[in-house]
Amino acid sequence: MSEHFEPVIIGFTCNWCSYRAADLAGTTRLKYAPNVRLVRLMCSGRIDPTFVMKALSGGADGVLITGCHPGECHYIKQNYKALRRHLFLRRLLKGLGIAPERIRLVWVSAAEGTKWASTINSFVEEIRALGPLGWQKKLATDSKQDAAQEVLA
Amino acid sequence: MSANNGKPKVGVYICHCGTNISHTVDVEQVRDWAMEKLGAEGVVIARDYKFMCSSQGQDLIEQDIKALGLERVVVAACSQHLHEMTFRNAGKRAGLNPYLTKLASIREQVAWVHEDRAAATEKAKAVVAGAVQRVVKNQPLEEIEVPIHPDTLVVGGGIAGIQAALEIANAGYKVYLVEREPSIGGHMAQFDKTFPTLDCAACILTPRMFETGMHPNIELLTWSEVTQVAGYVGNFKVTVKKKPRHVNEVLCTGCGACMEKCPKKVVDQVFEAGIGYRKAIYTNSAQAMPKFPVIDTANCNFFQKGTCKVCEKTCPTKAIDYEQKEEMLTIAVGNIILATGYDLFDARRVSNYGYGRLANVFTSIEFERMCNAAGPTSGKIVLRDGQTQPKTVGIVHCVGSRDRNYNNYCSNICCMQSLKFAHLVKERTGAAVYEFYIDMRTPMKSYDEFYQRVLEEGTLFVRGKVAQVTDAARNAQEEGKLIIQVEDTLIGKQRRIPVDMVLLSIGMQPRHDAKEVGRLFGIGCSTDGWFTEKHAKLDPVATMTEGVLVAGTASGPKDIPASVSQGSAAAARVLNLIMRQKIALEPIKAVVNPWQCSGCRICNGLCPFNAISFKAEHKVSEINPALCQGCGACVAACPAGAIRSPGFSNEQIFAQIDGLLRNFSTAAVQEETEQ
Repeated sequence: MSEHFEPVIIGFTCNWCSYRAADLAGTTRLKYAPNVRLVRLMCSGRIDPTFVMKALSGGADGVLITGCHPGECHYIKQNYKALRRHLFLRRLLKGLGIAPERIRLVWVSAAEGTKWASTINSFVEEIRALGPLGWQKKLATDSKQDAAQEVLA
Repeated sequence: MSANNGKPKVGVYICHCGTNISHTVDVEQVRDWAMEKLGAEGVVIARDYKFMCSSQGQDLIEQDIKALGLERVVVAACSQHLHEMTFRNAGKRAGLNPYLTKLASIREQVAWVHEDRAAATEKAKAVVAGAVQRVVKNQPLEEIEVPIHPDTLVVGGGIAGIQAALEIANAGYKVYLVEREPSIGGHMAQFDKTFPTLDCAACILTPRMFETGMHPNIELLTWSEVTQVAGYVGNFKVTVKKKPRHVNEVLCTGCGACMEKCPKKVVDQVFEAGIGYRKAIYTNSAQAMPKFPVIDTANCNFFQKGTCKVCEKTCPTKAIDYEQKEEMLTIAVGNIILATGYDLFDARRVSNYGYGRLANVFTSIEFERMCNAAGPTSGKIVLRDGQTQPKTVGIVHCVGSRDRNYNNYCSNICCMQSLKFAHLVKERTGAAVYEFYIDMRTPMKSYDEFYQRVLEEGTLFVRGKVAQVTDAARNAQEEGKLIIQVEDTLIGKQRRIPVDMVLLSIGMQPRHDAKEVGRLFGIGCSTDGWFTEKHAKLDPVATMTEGVLVAGTASGPKDIPASVSQGSAAAARVLNLIMRQKIALEPIKAVVNPWQCSGCRICNGLCPFNAISFKAEHKVSEINPALCQGCGACVAACPAGAIRSPGFSNEQIFAQIDGLLRNFSTAAVQEETEQ
């Protein structure tokens, strides 16, 4: 492993709040770590657990899910579905022997450009401290079954 | 040229945005990388251009679609919310379905937020790859057209709401005007004179209020609040709570006998700003619209003690109705204009200015009422004792505004308001007037001329933020006075100026319940709490929610001319939709595949818009596209994977994830394993 580890993180944003917060961080020229790559969804409630597993198995070291603050969902209450799936995903990762901290759910409103930038920075640092997940590498080198066993062991 | 590895042909266009993007992202490198590495994904052409959104930039796309037979287009430029529509239309002009064009955001989310050029360029490549791999999975979609209900809801009956309602009603369409106070008129109805022309507020506002109340196309719902909003642009269903007035509006003639005879006097905290009285049955003023009074049940002897009924006995038309209950009305409207206005900053919060503790410190709204001929002092400028005229008056600007301890923003109206006060004090009392200002801001038409006029009238200006207002005298000259302690920044000295009366020019604040109201109507608030416009400069009355518009001070501090302009602007936007009669909606509606649906009904309860229903005869669930808002929660929840979300399908998102992870993962891993 190289000395300096730059994690790659996939971020899922809600169209109405956090995507706009990311835009706001841009228009106000805030600076933050370049490690997060975004997928815009219409709502955090669109989060399918398979999206997260796909990202981690595809090489991401962490996954960030962002949605509207409780009670402020553009679709009334669908962000609570993201919350439940997030809790489920944490248990799933734990069961697979992966640190559940690799996924994080954060509420960011469209006005919170500063919170967006600080969230990204703190999450990148946390993942950096956890080190590379390397799941994708395992899948590429070993047969799938071996990889699964290794992860579970 | 149909064979392209079996993939649709993709064109990639990378924008420099002048130097906005190219300053941080190596645009040429991204272009060459896309051409070289994304060929297998279908990319047949990659170009860069100074300004993709310019007509030449758009022409470039159109020409390539025609010449190269492009089937998908990716433009890497600014935010999707800014220009995706521009490029979709460019594609459309060349015959490409608009949903086969995708914008990849490399300005707001890459170039502007990162400093390391190499890292930013790598991220830009990933974002472009994600967009390319996703757009390949896009399917052509047809826009959905929905009808626009011709009625409009205006919330808030201040000058902005009145203006909007009148514009629409005069064009021949029905307006429901909802106001939570007993009368329309808003803050403007409380004022005496309006700057810079010194028109009397009542003289210019009352005719508008009357016109609004009498207009055949306007249904006035005062003493009412919106409690529920369902639906979407063109088709809102709104529930309005009509609070009980305890006065029958059909029978009441507005003669005012009940108010005259009512034995209970109450301090009027709202309209008279706490310096005047009203009765327990009241209208806020003689100009109230509608003229029907309201019973304040918290203060009414009958409601509190069970005896009195003087109003019932006095009423010549038997209009008093103690049994009146609140009513819930459901109305259907196509558009909503929010003109909910502002609250005033609470001067008690700046404790060093002594408001609430030192009797002769007044707020600007108290002073407005005092100046008003219909107000508690009949227009006489007097101290708190109600008799003595002040000989010296100090006016403090920016109270609660431009202050990190309170509100960072400038409240826009306070400079002009304070100048107006100086003029009125001079005119009516001949007192010496001091203005304490940080910066003088008089930018609109005839404003600076007014400032010069007040200067010439002999008002004394002290540039500096007031530190303290105190009654602790240090010498005989200060005895019995209020002393204003201030650093005069122009002469560089601390000064103590004794005055008889202090006026605090308090700033504007978002309504205390702005957040809840925003949530109710599905729009956002800025960090300060003002409603957020779709675009602060180019679309100031629209919001991110189609069909919901904002006007006046609900979106930030404004003076009367600006509020009125916004009322008209919002009305123009509404009329535009009403006259088009229909609007195209994004076709991102979830669809159930009946062959895959097991009929488990997990999705049924998930939808907050009740768009999903179970068809018992076929034992499958079905989604009503008119009700579906496209959030996609049901798509993720369906255990059979039977629900599809066009535009946000699993295949599209998987492909995008693959693309985003591409430039560092697969290739890098393979290289490593080969070694």
